[in-house]
Amino acid sequence: MSTPSTEILIIDDEIQMRRLLRITLESAGYKVTLAENAAEGIRNAETHRFDAVILDLGLPDLDGIEVLKKIRTWAQYPIIILSVRSAEQDIVSALDAGANDYLTKPFRSGELVARLRTSLRVFHSKTSSTPIVEIKGIFVDTDNHIVKKNGEPVKLTPTEFALLVLFIRNAGKVLTHNYILQQVWGPKFEGESQYTRVYVAQLRKKLEDDPNNPVFFLTEAGIGYRFIDAA
Amino acid sequence: MSFVYFFMSIEEQNRPDPDTLLQLLKKEEEKEKRGKLKIFFGMCAGVGKTYDMLRDAHAEISKGIDVIIGYIETHKRIETEALLTDLPVIPRKTIEYKGTILEEMDLDAIISRKPQLVLVDELAHTNVPGSRHTKRYQDVLELLDNGIDVFTTLNVQHLESRAETVAQITGNIIRETVPDSIFEAANEVEVIDISPNELLKRLSDGKVYTPERSQRAVQNFFRAGNLSALREMSLRLTAERVDQQLREYKQTKRISETWKSGTRLVVGINASLQSLSVIRWARRVSYTMDASWVAVYVETSKKATLADTEQLSKNFKLARELGAEIVTTSDEDIAGALLRVAREQNATQILIGKPKPKAFFHTSRLVKNLLRKSRDIDVYVVGHEEEKENQQQLFFQHIPNIQSGLPQYLLATMIILGVSIACIPLARLIEYKTISYIILFAVSLLPLRMGRGPVLLGATCGALAWDFLFITPIYTFSIGRIEDVLMLLVFFIVATVSGTLSARVRERERAVRQREMRSSALFALTKDLSSAHSQDEVIQATSANIKKFFNADVVVFLGDADGDMSHQAHTASSWKPDEKEFSVAAWTYWNEKKAGKFTDTLPFAQATYYSMSGPRYPVGVIGVRVRQNEKLGIDQEILLENFIAQIASAVERELLNEVTKKSIVVAESEKLYKTLFNSISHELRTPIAAILGSSEGLLFADRNQEKKMHDDLLGEIHTAAERLNRLVENLLDMTRLESGQLAPKMDWCDVRDIINTSLKKLEKELSRHIVQVHIDENNPLVLLDFVLLEQVFTNILHNASLYTPAGSTIDIQAHVQEDELFILISDNGRGFPPEVLKTLFEKFYRVPGTQTGGTGLGLSIAKGFVEAHKGTIQASNNPHGGACFTIRIPIEAQQSLTLQ
Repeated sequence: MSTPSTEILIIDDEIQMRRLLRITLESAGYKVTLAENAAEGIRNAETHRFDAVILDLGLPDLDGIEVLKKIRTWAQYPIIILSVRSAEQDIVSALDAGANDYLTKPFRSGELVARLRTSLRVFHSKTSSTPIVEIKGIFVDTDNHIVKKNGEPVKLTPTEFALLVLFIRNAGKVLTHNYILQQVWGPKFEGESQYTRVYVAQLRKKLEDDPNNPVFFLTEAGIGYRFIDAA
Repeated sequence: MSFVYFFMSIEEQNRPDPDTLLQLLKKEEEKEKRGKLKIFFGMCAGVGKTYDMLRDAHAEISKGIDVIIGYIETHKRIETEALLTDLPVIPRKTIEYKGTILEEMDLDAIISRKPQLVLVDELAHTNVPGSRHTKRYQDVLELLDNGIDVFTTLNVQHLESRAETVAQITGNIIRETVPDSIFEAANEVEVIDISPNELLKRLSDGKVYTPERSQRAVQNFFRAGNLSALREMSLRLTAERVDQQLREYKQTKRISETWKSGTRLVVGINASLQSLSVIRWARRVSYTMDASWVAVYVETSKKATLADTEQLSKNFKLARELGAEIVTTSDEDIAGALLRVAREQNATQILIGKPKPKAFFHTSRLVKNLLRKSRDIDVYVVGHEEEKENQQQLFFQHIPNIQSGLPQYLLATMIILGVSIACIPLARLIEYKTISYIILFAVSLLPLRMGRGPVLLGATCGALAWDFLFITPIYTFSIGRIEDVLMLLVFFIVATVSGTLSARVRERERAVRQREMRSSALFALTKDLSSAHSQDEVIQATSANIKKFFNADVVVFLGDADGDMSHQAHTASSWKPDEKEFSVAAWTYWNEKKAGKFTDTLPFAQATYYSMSGPRYPVGVIGVRVRQNEKLGIDQEILLENFIAQIASAVERELLNEVTKKSIVVAESEKLYKTLFNSISHELRTPIAAILGSSEGLLFADRNQEKKMHDDLLGEIHTAAERLNRLVENLLDMTRLESGQLAPKMDWCDVRDIINTSLKKLEKELSRHIVQVHIDENNPLVLLDFVLLEQVFTNILHNASLYTPAGSTIDIQAHVQEDELFILISDNGRGFPPEVLKTLFEKFYRVPGTQTGGTGLGLSIAKGFVEAHKGTIQASNNPHGGACFTIRIPIEAQQSLTLQ
């Protein structure tokens, strides 16, 4: 996916971090622009169209969440948060504010590049989503409500199916409990995380080879779930 | 040094009583801190006290002392006024009282100016109502308490113990008096003595008063005879003082030829006016005998009138002012009680007032009993001058008694007469002798509702009615047969005795009940206080108990950390005092004395304020506002003071508890700091050293050096960084736990999911172990903090991966049983050495001899997180070898997995 034309904006106030990110991302084939504070970052984002932004939350002049919200007013491209803040409520609020993914420092560069790649792919595939998906032995026809595992048809309830479709559409992206509840059950179900727990457990039972060691439906502790389409 | 010498060099038998010495030393010490008091003492006005005081003040000024005038009355004497020039004066305060503007010494201005020495004339002066203290000497005491030296003037007739004698000599009743204790407390007394003739000459020269006032004065007060007597009195008093000082000197300096065993005097007082002179007498005797003295009040079941209570509190006040210790005891047997107290107090003498002739029968029995039972104790019976005024008062005091009893007397008469008349028709049916039993029965019922007097009257009436109505010849009082006379006599005696006896039993019973009520009140308070576990609870118990037993509102001010009084009333207070009340409470706090309503200090207040004093500093103030707005009776007052003493010690106990707790916390955190410092410095430095060393190796390495070394160095850096990262994570978790702000975020969780997540995290570390998970498929969802619990599993499993050999089996079991989540994590490794099981969960604890790399925080964090769920975690060894962790977490609610 990384072509030399893919431009990433990095907003981080630590010089060492900026240097490390530049090396990591450039060696992965991206074009990198650096900003050392919120003002500079927002100015850059306003004047140039990037493909993705990597954003630190602890900026000296403005909280990263505010920067995120500001950029989100005009841009839909992936924004990945890279922060030392590791408390779940920080992560959840960043995701709810429109971040596509969240990594806590210290992070592994391989992980960052992988997440960035996934986010970019999800962003581009959304615009051209296909009704039929096939991942590692799982076949899903979203239009005709058909699900097969290793060629065998799998019976899913309408809710399970809706949940599965939501995961497939956001493959690779962290979905918070509240986001899932809102999309599948409706806004009244906010906070009722027992529904997501039960239904994800059922999906695992029906679709995973080993439900105790899931490879598709991963739990993000304290945050939500991430569906991995190891394509 | 001198103190040590003093003990070592003296022969054993000459050794003074250490307690007495200690008291003397304490006295000395107290005197040092307080201001010094010098009294210019004279036999009467006009001897030149003020003049001498001013002259001495000038001498002090020339020594460089900061002297100011607090209050001086020159009486327009020219010589005196001349000395006033160039002395700084604190302007007097003006106070409006009933429309007139009056001037008083400005106490606060002096205290805030804080001179070294202040001159205050006329110590015995009574302040205008509305001033802080009723009497000027109280102002002076406050100045002394504030460390300011005071010069003052005083005449002999104003001394409490002499006032009565002076009144007898001169015929003038002295109203302005000061307690003798202040005279004794003076550091210096200078007698201003001139001969009566010289004084009379000064008077006639107009040096003391204006001519026409002099004339009157000479005729009334300043008669040569009076003056000689006053002069003698003042000189003798000073001589006594010198004698006393000499004795004290002897005691401290160990000149002990005339060492006396501590004489102690007990003086019995009651609610009569006569007690005042008995108290004064006792004080004089005790002073010349160098004896301490105890004033004893024996409370009987006899009901005290309001006048009695007031007189009694006056008597107590005088006794207290004259230096007596007050003891109250309840007993029907006054003599027995006095002797009991005397023995308890180790007293050798008992002093009582001569009984009133009026109550001859009763009180002479007191004297008789005292004499009979006193054995080795001397008994003095002191006479007193009966003034006309007193007799009048006594008369009026007794009338209300009769008046209040009058309905009872009437009722008693009517009942007995009614019963007798009702028996008339019976007389035809039964014998007249039997009727006497009926009347007797009625008489014996009277004490149930009535006092002794009405019962006696009823008995008499019964006897008379029986005689009149039933004994032949009927309807006359005359009795025909000698047999009937005897019958009547027996009837009368039986009626009287049984009536009085049961009345007395009833009175006694009431006294006992009252006493019981008091002790049960105290008991209730003590119980509440001892079960209170914080200062707040103590105050709540206090407030509730005082409210209950005294029908009073309570306000409590506590001392704060800086030793000031808190400006906020405690929340358990039952009323909100205003600023004015607060200032009274503050005065009590700082002076550690009772103030406010019904006292001599700041009596305008709504409540009476009592100081709660601990040994080191006052712990607070309790304000008590009695609801019916009436002064508490003497027994209630004593009970209240007992209450407050209990409360003060409870408050202090809690205060000390908190101090102790704090110091424990400090010690703990010091220990933690040290461990942290040692452990962290090691744990941080090792990986940093690895990173620095390896990266340097890379930076300066030859480009063409072999690739393997490159990779090794990079690997080192990576390992060290991961170790650092783990340490930081642990420290952050620890900080969250330590800060006490760790509130688990409860959410519905599938325990299997938690364990799986944590196993996934440790995939690499556990790659060489066999992990078996046994979880029931149908385990319900439970409310837990997913992240915290995952950390618990990760820490335990990470330990297992580190400390069990490769190939070991790790077994995880989890199930929800009733209201508990039960998790068992065990391995088949080496297990724990048994001695470490207790300390395993302590911070920075590492099992000795284990490989490096851990921080000693993992298990203590696990424990903290489990405890945040109100659960428990235990470590043990498997019977078949290997370590085992048991986690139990209470579960409040659960939800089954089958939802639709």
